[in-house]
Amino acid sequence: MSNVAAHADDRGHAHAHHPALQHHFDTMAQQKEAAVVGMWVFLLTEILFFGGLFAAYMVYRIWYFDAFAEASRSLSLFWGGLNTAVLIGSSLTMAMAVRCAQTNKRTATVNWLILTMILGAVFLGVKVIEYADKFEHHHVPGYNFQWAAAHEAPAAGEHAVAASEGAAAAEGHRELSLTPAQLQLTTQIYFSLYFTMTGLHALHMIIGIGIMLVITRMAYQGKFDQEYYTPVEMAGLYWHFVDIVWIFLFPLLYLVERHV
Amino acid sequence: MSGHVSPISLYITIFMALMVLTVATVGAAFVDLGQFNFLVAMIIAGFKATLVIWYFMHVKYASKLTKLTVATGIFFLAILLGLFLVDYGSKAFTQMPPFLS
Repeated sequence: MSNVAAHADDRGHAHAHHPALQHHFDTMAQQKEAAVVGMWVFLLTEILFFGGLFAAYMVYRIWYFDAFAEASRSLSLFWGGLNTAVLIGSSLTMAMAVRCAQTNKRTATVNWLILTMILGAVFLGVKVIEYADKFEHHHVPGYNFQWAAAHEAPAAGEHAVAASEGAAAAEGHRELSLTPAQLQLTTQIYFSLYFTMTGLHALHMIIGIGIMLVITRMAYQGKFDQEYYTPVEMAGLYWHFVDIVWIFLFPLLYLVERHV
Repeated sequence: MSGHVSPISLYITIFMALMVLTVATVGAAFVDLGQFNFLVAMIIAGFKATLVIWYFMHVKYASKLTKLTVATGIFFLAILLGLFLVDYGSKAFTQMPPFLS
Protein backbone atom coordinates (compact mmCIF):
# COMPACT_ATOMS: atom_id res chain seq x y z
CA MET A 1 0.00 0.00 0.00
CA SER A 2 1.36 3.43 0.78
CA ASN A 3 5.05 3.08 0.97
CA VAL A 4 5.69 6.77 0.98
CA ALA A 5 8.89 7.81 2.65
CA ALA A 6 8.33 9.14 6.10
CA HIS A 7 7.34 12.78 5.97
CA ALA A 8 6.36 12.83 9.58
CA ASP A 9 8.76 15.27 11.08
CA ASP A 10 10.60 13.80 13.97
CA ARG A 11 9.34 16.35 16.39
CA GLY A 12 5.96 15.37 15.07
CA HIS A 13 3.86 15.13 18.16
CA ALA A 14 2.48 18.52 17.37
CA HIS A 15 -0.37 17.08 15.35
CA ALA A 16 -2.35 14.26 16.89
CA HIS A 17 -1.27 10.74 16.04
CA HIS A 18 -3.66 7.88 16.38
CA PRO A 19 -3.11 6.51 19.90
CA ALA A 20 -2.65 2.98 18.50
CA LEU A 21 0.20 4.04 16.19
CA GLN A 22 3.42 2.68 17.64
CA HIS A 23 6.51 4.83 17.45
CA HIS A 24 8.44 2.56 15.08
CA PHE A 25 5.81 2.92 12.35
CA ASP A 26 5.32 5.99 10.21
CA THR A 27 1.67 5.55 9.32
CA MET A 28 -1.32 3.46 10.37
CA ALA A 29 -1.32 1.86 6.91
CA GLN A 30 2.31 0.80 7.27
CA GLN A 31 1.60 -0.62 10.72
CA LYS A 32 -1.37 -2.60 9.43
CA GLU A 33 0.59 -3.90 6.43
CA ALA A 34 3.31 -5.19 8.75
CA ALA A 35 0.71 -7.00 10.86
CA VAL A 36 -1.03 -8.54 7.84
CA VAL A 37 2.20 -9.85 6.31
CA GLY A 38 3.39 -11.09 9.70
CA MET A 39 0.12 -12.91 10.29
CA TRP A 40 0.28 -14.55 6.88
CA VAL A 41 3.85 -15.70 7.53
CA PHE A 42 2.56 -17.33 10.72
CA LEU A 43 -0.32 -18.92 8.81
CA LEU A 44 2.24 -20.16 6.29
CA THR A 45 3.98 -22.13 9.04
CA GLU A 46 0.55 -23.43 10.05
CA ILE A 47 -0.11 -24.61 6.47
CA LEU A 48 3.07 -26.67 6.59
CA PHE A 49 2.29 -27.83 10.15
CA PHE A 50 -0.99 -29.32 8.95
CA GLY A 51 0.71 -30.18 5.64
CA GLY A 52 2.82 -32.83 7.35
CA LEU A 53 -0.33 -34.55 8.55
CA PHE A 54 -1.94 -34.25 5.13
CA ALA A 55 1.18 -35.86 3.64
CA ALA A 56 1.01 -38.77 6.11
CA TYR A 57 -2.70 -39.12 5.37
CA MET A 58 -1.99 -39.17 1.63
CA VAL A 59 0.56 -41.99 1.82
CA TYR A 60 -1.51 -44.19 4.13
CA ARG A 61 -4.65 -43.58 2.10
CA ILE A 62 -2.82 -44.81 -1.02
CA TRP A 63 -1.46 -47.84 0.83
CA TYR A 64 -4.63 -48.87 2.65
CA PHE A 65 -7.40 -47.33 0.59
CA ASP A 66 -9.96 -50.01 1.45
CA ALA A 67 -9.39 -49.59 5.17
CA PHE A 68 -9.76 -45.82 4.80
CA ALA A 69 -12.94 -46.28 2.76
CA GLU A 70 -14.41 -48.66 5.34
CA ALA A 71 -13.46 -46.57 8.35
CA SER A 72 -14.65 -43.38 6.65
CA ARG A 73 -18.08 -44.91 6.10
CA SER A 74 -18.42 -45.40 9.86
CA LEU A 75 -18.32 -41.63 10.43
CA SER A 76 -21.62 -39.78 10.65
CA LEU A 77 -22.19 -37.68 7.56
CA PHE A 78 -24.88 -35.78 9.44
CA TRP A 79 -22.58 -34.53 12.19
CA GLY A 80 -19.74 -33.91 9.76
CA GLY A 81 -21.94 -31.98 7.35
CA LEU A 82 -23.54 -30.02 10.16
CA ASN A 83 -20.13 -29.05 11.52
CA THR A 84 -19.01 -27.92 8.07
CA ALA A 85 -22.08 -25.68 7.81
CA VAL A 86 -21.54 -24.36 11.35
CA LEU A 87 -17.91 -23.50 10.63
CA ILE A 88 -18.70 -21.81 7.32
CA GLY A 89 -21.39 -19.87 9.15
CA SER A 90 -18.87 -18.83 11.80
CA SER A 91 -16.56 -17.59 9.04
CA LEU A 92 -19.41 -15.40 7.80
CA THR A 93 -20.06 -13.99 11.28
CA MET A 94 -16.31 -13.39 11.71
CA ALA A 95 -16.16 -11.53 8.40
CA MET A 96 -19.12 -9.46 9.59
CA ALA A 97 -17.34 -8.72 12.87
CA VAL A 98 -14.30 -7.41 10.97
CA ARG A 99 -16.58 -5.38 8.70
CA CYS A 100 -18.35 -3.80 11.67
CA ALA A 101 -14.99 -2.95 13.23
CA GLN A 102 -13.96 -1.35 9.93
CA THR A 103 -17.11 0.76 9.91
CA ASN A 104 -16.83 1.80 13.54
CA LYS A 105 -19.82 -0.15 14.88
CA ARG A 106 -18.72 -1.14 18.35
CA THR A 107 -21.80 -3.00 19.62
CA ALA A 108 -22.27 -4.88 16.36
CA THR A 109 -18.60 -5.94 16.39
CA VAL A 110 -18.98 -7.33 19.91
CA ASN A 111 -22.20 -9.14 18.97
CA TRP A 112 -20.78 -10.73 15.80
CA LEU A 113 -17.70 -11.85 17.75
CA ILE A 114 -19.87 -13.43 20.43
CA LEU A 115 -21.95 -15.18 17.75
CA THR A 116 -18.74 -16.47 16.15
CA MET A 117 -17.61 -17.88 19.50
CA ILE A 118 -20.99 -19.54 20.02
CA LEU A 119 -20.76 -21.21 16.59
CA GLY A 120 -17.21 -22.32 17.44
CA ALA A 121 -18.52 -23.82 20.68
CA VAL A 122 -21.30 -25.60 18.76
CA PHE A 123 -18.66 -27.10 16.48
CA LEU A 124 -16.66 -28.34 19.47
CA GLY A 125 -19.83 -29.70 21.09
CA VAL A 126 -20.60 -31.75 17.98
CA LYS A 127 -17.01 -32.94 18.02
CA VAL A 128 -17.51 -34.15 21.60
CA ILE A 129 -20.57 -36.15 20.48
CA GLU A 130 -18.54 -37.67 17.65
CA TYR A 131 -15.56 -38.50 19.86
CA ALA A 132 -17.83 -40.08 22.48
CA ASP A 133 -19.32 -42.21 19.72
CA LYS A 134 -15.84 -43.40 18.74
CA PHE A 135 -15.09 -44.41 22.33
CA GLU A 136 -18.41 -46.24 22.55
CA HIS A 137 -17.72 -48.23 19.38
CA HIS A 138 -14.09 -49.00 20.32
CA HIS A 139 -12.84 -46.93 17.40
CA VAL A 140 -10.13 -45.25 19.41
CA PRO A 141 -6.70 -46.64 18.42
CA GLY A 142 -5.02 -48.66 21.13
CA TYR A 143 -5.61 -51.77 23.20
CA ASN A 144 -9.40 -51.58 23.05
CA PHE A 145 -9.63 -50.86 19.37
CA GLN A 146 -12.15 -53.16 17.76
CA TRP A 147 -13.12 -52.89 14.13
CA ALA A 148 -16.75 -54.01 14.53
CA ALA A 149 -18.10 -56.61 12.17
CA ALA A 150 -21.19 -54.48 11.70
CA HIS A 151 -19.34 -52.29 9.27
CA GLU A 152 -18.06 -55.17 7.19
CA ALA A 153 -20.13 -56.70 4.49
CA PRO A 154 -21.03 -60.23 5.66
CA ALA A 155 -18.15 -62.57 4.98
CA ALA A 156 -16.36 -59.84 3.10
CA GLY A 157 -13.04 -61.24 4.11
CA GLU A 158 -13.58 -64.77 2.79
CA HIS A 159 -12.71 -64.13 -0.79
CA ALA A 160 -10.58 -61.16 -0.04
CA VAL A 161 -7.30 -63.02 -0.16
CA ALA A 162 -8.23 -64.59 -3.45
CA ALA A 163 -9.26 -61.31 -4.97
CA SER A 164 -6.48 -60.06 -7.17
CA GLU A 165 -5.28 -56.52 -6.68
CA GLY A 166 -6.49 -55.39 -10.07
CA ALA A 167 -10.01 -56.63 -9.38
CA ALA A 168 -10.59 -53.69 -7.08
CA ALA A 169 -12.11 -51.83 -9.98
CA ALA A 170 -15.03 -54.26 -10.22
CA GLU A 171 -18.40 -52.59 -10.37
CA GLY A 172 -20.92 -52.36 -7.54
CA HIS A 173 -20.07 -53.90 -4.19
CA ARG A 174 -16.48 -54.71 -4.77
CA GLU A 175 -14.57 -57.14 -2.65
CA LEU A 176 -12.35 -55.62 -0.05
CA SER A 177 -8.69 -56.29 -0.61
CA LEU A 178 -8.07 -56.70 3.10
CA THR A 179 -8.89 -59.53 5.48
CA PRO A 180 -10.68 -58.74 8.76
CA ALA A 181 -7.37 -59.12 10.59
CA GLN A 182 -5.73 -56.63 8.23
CA LEU A 183 -8.68 -54.28 8.56
CA GLN A 184 -8.35 -54.44 12.34
CA LEU A 185 -4.78 -53.14 11.97
CA THR A 186 -5.14 -50.68 9.11
CA THR A 187 -8.37 -48.99 10.19
CA GLN A 188 -6.47 -48.05 13.34
CA ILE A 189 -4.12 -46.02 11.14
CA TYR A 190 -7.12 -44.18 9.74
CA PHE A 191 -8.47 -43.44 13.21
CA SER A 192 -5.03 -42.39 14.45
CA LEU A 193 -4.94 -39.82 11.66
CA TYR A 194 -8.59 -38.94 12.30
CA PHE A 195 -7.95 -38.14 15.95
CA THR A 196 -4.65 -36.35 15.29
CA MET A 197 -6.01 -34.17 12.50
CA THR A 198 -9.39 -33.34 14.01
CA GLY A 199 -7.79 -33.03 17.46
CA LEU A 200 -5.20 -30.55 16.24
CA HIS A 201 -7.94 -28.71 14.39
CA ALA A 202 -10.10 -28.64 17.53
CA LEU A 203 -7.14 -27.33 19.52
CA HIS A 204 -6.84 -24.49 17.01
CA MET A 205 -10.54 -23.76 17.47
CA ILE A 206 -10.14 -23.62 21.25
CA ILE A 207 -7.18 -21.24 20.88
CA GLY A 208 -9.21 -19.22 18.38
CA ILE A 209 -12.08 -18.86 20.85
CA GLY A 210 -9.55 -17.80 23.50
CA ILE A 211 -8.14 -15.14 21.17
CA MET A 212 -11.64 -13.96 20.38
CA LEU A 213 -12.49 -13.59 24.07
CA VAL A 214 -9.61 -11.11 24.39
CA ILE A 215 -10.56 -9.32 21.16
CA THR A 216 -14.21 -9.09 22.22
CA ARG A 217 -13.19 -7.52 25.51
CA MET A 218 -10.98 -5.01 23.67
CA ALA A 219 -13.82 -4.22 21.27
CA TYR A 220 -16.22 -3.78 24.18
CA GLN A 221 -13.81 -1.35 25.80
CA GLY A 222 -13.86 0.68 22.59
CA LYS A 223 -10.23 0.19 21.64
CA PHE A 224 -11.01 -0.09 17.93
CA ASP A 225 -12.22 2.37 15.34
CA GLN A 226 -12.14 2.59 11.55
CA GLU A 227 -8.48 3.64 11.73
CA TYR A 228 -7.37 0.80 13.97
CA TYR A 229 -9.03 -2.61 13.98
CA THR A 230 -5.96 -4.75 13.25
CA PRO A 231 -6.48 -7.22 16.15
CA VAL A 232 -10.01 -8.00 14.93
CA GLU A 233 -8.73 -8.54 11.41
CA MET A 234 -5.86 -10.77 12.62
CA ALA A 235 -8.23 -12.88 14.71
CA GLY A 236 -10.37 -13.12 11.57
CA LEU A 237 -7.46 -14.34 9.45
CA TYR A 238 -6.71 -17.04 12.04
CA TRP A 239 -10.34 -18.11 12.27
CA HIS A 240 -10.75 -18.29 8.48
CA PHE A 241 -7.57 -20.36 8.27
CA VAL A 242 -9.00 -22.86 10.75
CA ASP A 243 -12.14 -22.93 8.61
CA ILE A 244 -10.06 -23.72 5.50
CA VAL A 245 -8.35 -26.64 7.27
CA TRP A 246 -11.79 -28.09 8.01
CA ILE A 247 -12.90 -27.52 4.41
CA PHE A 248 -10.19 -30.03 3.45
CA LEU A 249 -10.58 -32.34 6.45
CA PHE A 250 -14.28 -32.88 5.79
CA PRO A 251 -13.99 -34.57 2.35
CA LEU A 252 -10.73 -36.31 3.29
CA LEU A 253 -12.09 -37.93 6.45
CA TYR A 254 -15.84 -38.25 5.87
CA LEU A 255 -16.09 -38.79 2.11
CA VAL A 256 -13.35 -41.27 1.22
CA GLU A 257 -15.71 -43.62 -0.64
CA ARG A 258 -19.41 -43.16 -0.03
CA HIS A 259 -20.92 -44.48 -3.24
CA VAL A 260 -20.43 -48.18 -2.54
CA MET B 1 -6.51 4.80 6.72
CA SER B 2 -8.93 1.97 6.79
CA GLY B 3 -8.84 -1.03 4.50
CA HIS B 4 -11.30 -1.94 1.82
CA VAL B 5 -14.80 -2.50 3.19
CA SER B 6 -16.62 -5.26 1.32
CA PRO B 7 -20.40 -4.98 0.88
CA ILE B 8 -22.48 -7.28 3.09
CA SER B 9 -24.10 -8.75 -0.02
CA LEU B 10 -20.68 -10.05 -1.13
CA TYR B 11 -20.18 -11.87 2.17
CA ILE B 12 -23.66 -13.40 1.95
CA THR B 13 -22.97 -14.51 -1.63
CA ILE B 14 -19.68 -16.16 -0.65
CA PHE B 15 -21.37 -17.86 2.29
CA MET B 16 -24.13 -19.22 0.05
CA ALA B 17 -21.56 -20.39 -2.50
CA LEU B 18 -19.63 -22.22 0.23
CA MET B 19 -22.81 -23.92 1.44
CA VAL B 20 -23.81 -24.96 -2.08
CA LEU B 21 -20.32 -26.34 -2.71
CA THR B 22 -20.50 -28.30 0.57
CA VAL B 23 -23.74 -29.93 -0.61
CA ALA B 24 -22.11 -30.51 -4.01
CA THR B 25 -19.10 -32.28 -2.52
CA VAL B 26 -21.34 -34.57 -0.44
CA GLY B 27 -23.50 -35.27 -3.50
CA ALA B 28 -20.49 -35.98 -5.70
CA ALA B 29 -19.20 -38.48 -3.13
CA PHE B 30 -22.29 -40.64 -3.66
CA VAL B 31 -21.77 -40.83 -7.43
CA ASP B 32 -19.32 -43.47 -8.58
CA LEU B 33 -16.77 -41.50 -10.57
CA GLY B 34 -14.06 -44.10 -10.10
CA GLN B 35 -10.69 -42.47 -9.67
CA PHE B 36 -12.18 -39.03 -10.18
CA ASN B 37 -14.11 -39.01 -6.89
CA PHE B 38 -11.00 -37.88 -5.03
CA LEU B 39 -10.05 -35.31 -7.64
CA VAL B 40 -13.56 -33.80 -7.71
CA ALA B 41 -13.61 -33.58 -3.88
CA MET B 42 -10.22 -31.85 -3.83
CA ILE B 43 -11.11 -29.45 -6.65
CA ILE B 44 -14.29 -28.40 -4.80
CA ALA B 45 -12.38 -28.04 -1.51
CA GLY B 46 -9.68 -26.03 -3.27
CA PHE B 47 -12.29 -23.74 -4.81
CA LYS B 48 -13.96 -23.24 -1.40
CA ALA B 49 -10.60 -22.45 0.19
CA THR B 50 -9.88 -19.96 -2.59
CA LEU B 51 -13.18 -18.17 -1.97
CA VAL B 52 -12.42 -17.90 1.74
CA ILE B 53 -8.85 -16.65 1.17
CA TRP B 54 -9.77 -14.21 -1.58
CA TYR B 55 -12.88 -12.60 -0.07
CA PHE B 56 -13.18 -13.41 3.66
CA MET B 57 -9.46 -12.99 4.28
CA HIS B 58 -9.33 -9.86 2.08
CA VAL B 59 -6.38 -11.08 0.02
CA LYS B 60 -8.09 -9.65 -3.06
CA TYR B 61 -7.56 -6.17 -1.65
CA ALA B 62 -4.18 -6.88 -0.04
CA SER B 63 -0.78 -5.67 -1.16
CA LYS B 64 1.38 -7.59 -3.63
CA LEU B 65 3.67 -8.54 -0.78
CA THR B 66 0.77 -10.20 1.07
CA LYS B 67 -0.37 -11.97 -2.10
CA LEU B 68 3.17 -13.25 -2.64
CA THR B 69 3.31 -14.51 0.96
CA VAL B 70 0.06 -16.44 0.49
CA ALA B 71 1.28 -17.89 -2.80
CA THR B 72 4.54 -18.94 -1.12
CA GLY B 73 2.60 -20.96 1.45
CA ILE B 74 0.66 -22.82 -1.23
CA PHE B 75 3.84 -23.32 -3.26
CA PHE B 76 5.68 -24.94 -0.36
CA LEU B 77 2.68 -27.12 0.47
CA ALA B 78 2.74 -28.30 -3.15
CA ILE B 79 6.46 -29.12 -2.81
CA LEU B 80 5.81 -31.04 0.41
CA LEU B 81 2.96 -33.13 -0.99
CA GLY B 82 4.47 -33.42 -4.49
CA LEU B 83 7.85 -34.73 -3.35
CA PHE B 84 6.11 -37.10 -0.91
CA LEU B 85 4.29 -38.58 -3.91
CA VAL B 86 7.44 -38.75 -6.03
CA ASP B 87 9.29 -40.50 -3.21
CA TYR B 88 6.65 -43.01 -2.16
CA GLY B 89 5.33 -43.43 -5.70
CA SER B 90 8.72 -44.64 -6.88
CA LYS B 91 8.73 -47.44 -4.30
CA ALA B 92 7.72 -50.90 -5.41
CA PHE B 93 5.53 -51.35 -2.32
CA THR B 94 3.31 -48.41 -3.20
CA GLN B 95 0.44 -49.17 -5.53
CA MET B 96 -0.33 -45.75 -6.94
CA PRO B 97 -3.89 -44.73 -7.83
CA PRO B 98 -4.58 -44.93 -11.58
CA PHE B 99 -4.47 -41.21 -12.20
CA LEU B 100 -0.95 -40.99 -10.84
CA SER B 101 0.59 -44.06 -12.44
